[in-house]
Amino acid sequence: MKLNGANYRLRIEARLDNPNWIGLVSSIVGVLLALFVGGFVLKAAGADHPVATYREIFKEGFGTFEDWQAGISAWMTNTSCPKGKLCFGPLSDTLVKASPILLTTLACIIAFRMKLWNIGADGQMFLGAWAATGVAVFLLPKTTDRWLMLTAMALAGTLAGVFYGAIPGFLKARLNINEIITTLMLNYVAYKWVEFFVVVGPWSIGDFESTGRFPTPATWPRLTEYAEQYPIAAGLTTHPGIFLGIAAAILLAWILFRSRWGYEIRVIGNNPNAARYAGISLARNILLVMCLSGGLAGLAGMNEIAALRELNGRFPRGYGFTGVIVAWLSRLNPIGAILVSLLFGGLLVGTKLIQPQGIASMLQGVILFVVVGTELLFHYRFLLEKVETVVTESVEGVS
Amino acid sequence: MSANDLFLLAVTILFGALVSGTPLLFATIGEIFSERAGVMNLGIEGMMLVGAMSGFAVWFYTDSILLGLLVGMILGGLLALLHAFITITLRADQVVSGLAVTLLGTGLSSILGQPYVGQRVPAPFTVAMPLLGNISAQQFTLVIVGLIFAPLAWFYVNRTRPGLNMRSVGEQPSAADSLGINVYLIRFTYVVFGGAMSGFAGATMSLITDPGWVDGKTSGLGWIAVALVIFAAWDPMRGMWVSYFFGLLRRLPLDLQNPALPLISTAHNPQLGRLMDMLPYIATILILIIGSRESIRKRLGAPAALGTPYVRGERGL
Repeated sequence: MKLNGANYRLRIEARLDNPNWIGLVSSIVGVLLALFVGGFVLKAAGADHPVATYREIFKEGFGTFEDWQAGISAWMTNTSCPKGKLCFGPLSDTLVKASPILLTTLACIIAFRMKLWNIGADGQMFLGAWAATGVAVFLLPKTTDRWLMLTAMALAGTLAGVFYGAIPGFLKARLNINEIITTLMLNYVAYKWVEFFVVVGPWSIGDFESTGRFPTPATWPRLTEYAEQYPIAAGLTTHPGIFLGIAAAILLAWILFRSRWGYEIRVIGNNPNAARYAGISLARNILLVMCLSGGLAGLAGMNEIAALRELNGRFPRGYGFTGVIVAWLSRLNPIGAILVSLLFGGLLVGTKLIQPQGIASMLQGVILFVVVGTELLFHYRFLLEKVETVVTESVEGVS
Repeated sequence: MSANDLFLLAVTILFGALVSGTPLLFATIGEIFSERAGVMNLGIEGMMLVGAMSGFAVWFYTDSILLGLLVGMILGGLLALLHAFITITLRADQVVSGLAVTLLGTGLSSILGQPYVGQRVPAPFTVAMPLLGNISAQQFTLVIVGLIFAPLAWFYVNRTRPGLNMRSVGEQPSAADSLGINVYLIRFTYVVFGGAMSGFAGATMSLITDPGWVDGKTSGLGWIAVALVIFAAWDPMRGMWVSYFFGLLRRLPLDLQNPALPLISTAHNPQLGRLMDMLPYIATILILIIGSRESIRKRLGAPAALGTPYVRGERGL
């Protein structure tokens, strides 16, 4: 490269230190860059003005400042929201979307911490939803106490997820079979399994391709049920699922950073050989972590089905993949995942009504790519150096 | 049903298996090349989706299937170039980068492919063949191309100088480097080639074997290709056979709906047909299990440097 008459050469060298700011900065830069790149894709897909589209997404996902103001004053005076609309509607929907995202994210975090690539949170979630449905609709009587019913569903969902995570875990631990492929294949098996039950199979009611509406005890209570006492809550769909996610996040953070098991997981993730020499059982931890990961994803399934209130062929796919991206963006930190899940919940809600469809999945893909890329770039220094003599052999490994 | 009818039916089913196995064949052999050079590419699914979507879009405006296939191939190669840059130049984790490619490809094809969902599809140019009856000429040509491609690929890998260079880069890059082989260039080349084959495979799906574009068109076929590479022991000919076998598995639920079939027809039992859709996915897991057993016995012959970035002058392979 010629610059000011002298020859310059780009030199890329690895950083020997790994400063802490790299993670945060590459996440932020990654998201910004992804929005920038995504803008071009939006333009290509026919959006008139990408920035306006982003603003619209944010408004749909989190509400406007005016709505918030009106909502808070109505809340303080215990009156209903003025103008007959939902002041906190977008935020409420975002919280609903954020709870399964958070749980699948946690499922990914615990596995990724051990460099165990569980891409099957989607399938584990499907199976969790399926098992929870089985308990709610076909096992327990319709008159069961609500919290007892929900607890039973949560247990069933978690157990189903544990089982479904244990399969690839066992195969990896015993036969060293690539867990990426097995978890992914099991996703498709789970989709077909649920389809079999509700579309043509034993659980479908008539031609509806659905289990039908769940009995009330098998559904999450929503804020709107308390509208008589608190008028501001009218029409809001927020349910306790988000607290389930937050509790799980705190528990997971404790396991990862404060417990002996979490320490073992992190050691294996950083250096499996060192872990082996230290006497940490790889096989046992692989199986356990896959069980925990699958359990969290299964719980996400129960959480979602208790919010959707019926199991049909349209049970949403893709939460498991969103979890992969959110896990990466939150630097595999369970507490950080709470915040990023909220942002992604907003993204999902905000893009639901906006054309072109599929913005959310495109942005997610771009974000992961850019974040991976920028993080790597930050691990290198880029130096322009003067070339004094003609170097015959290139020293750096850059082709 | 007479014996003659059964024979004709079997021929039809087999031809169907070849047709639905051929996209898989291209993707699998592409990945074999990439892995033989030492780079694992888990982005196949994403490249196939982008290839399928872009190929369909190009055909939609130009009415040229060949141009669609070409564009699908180029875009698949471009995505692979991104993967190559991140994993070879920046030496990132090949698993993470591959996953990112898949997610990116899924998202891109989903958003850019919206206008083409449910649009008109390329009409097959039918020809009458002995035994097979009226079949699509495009499908027939594609099968022939696949049948020629696989042995050629095998010959290239095992019997030519560039094939030897490729294998050496995948087995022991430092030794290859000391012999004056450009490790980085070779790896870039074959990763891009593998991606182009995946993009091509995707385009053949949306244009020839199963015309039309829907979101998530490839439904996990790219991942099956990754698994088949292991089972094929990184050998293009074995890759071809297992691809055809999986083509058969993918076709089977359709074929068994034929009420003319004695005993095993699912025409009166749609529930069973639904469950059979799981077959390719379960079979993939099963072949991985079988492959792992074999790998314990024979080590299968995975390229020794697979998955590890090469840094000149550093200790390692």
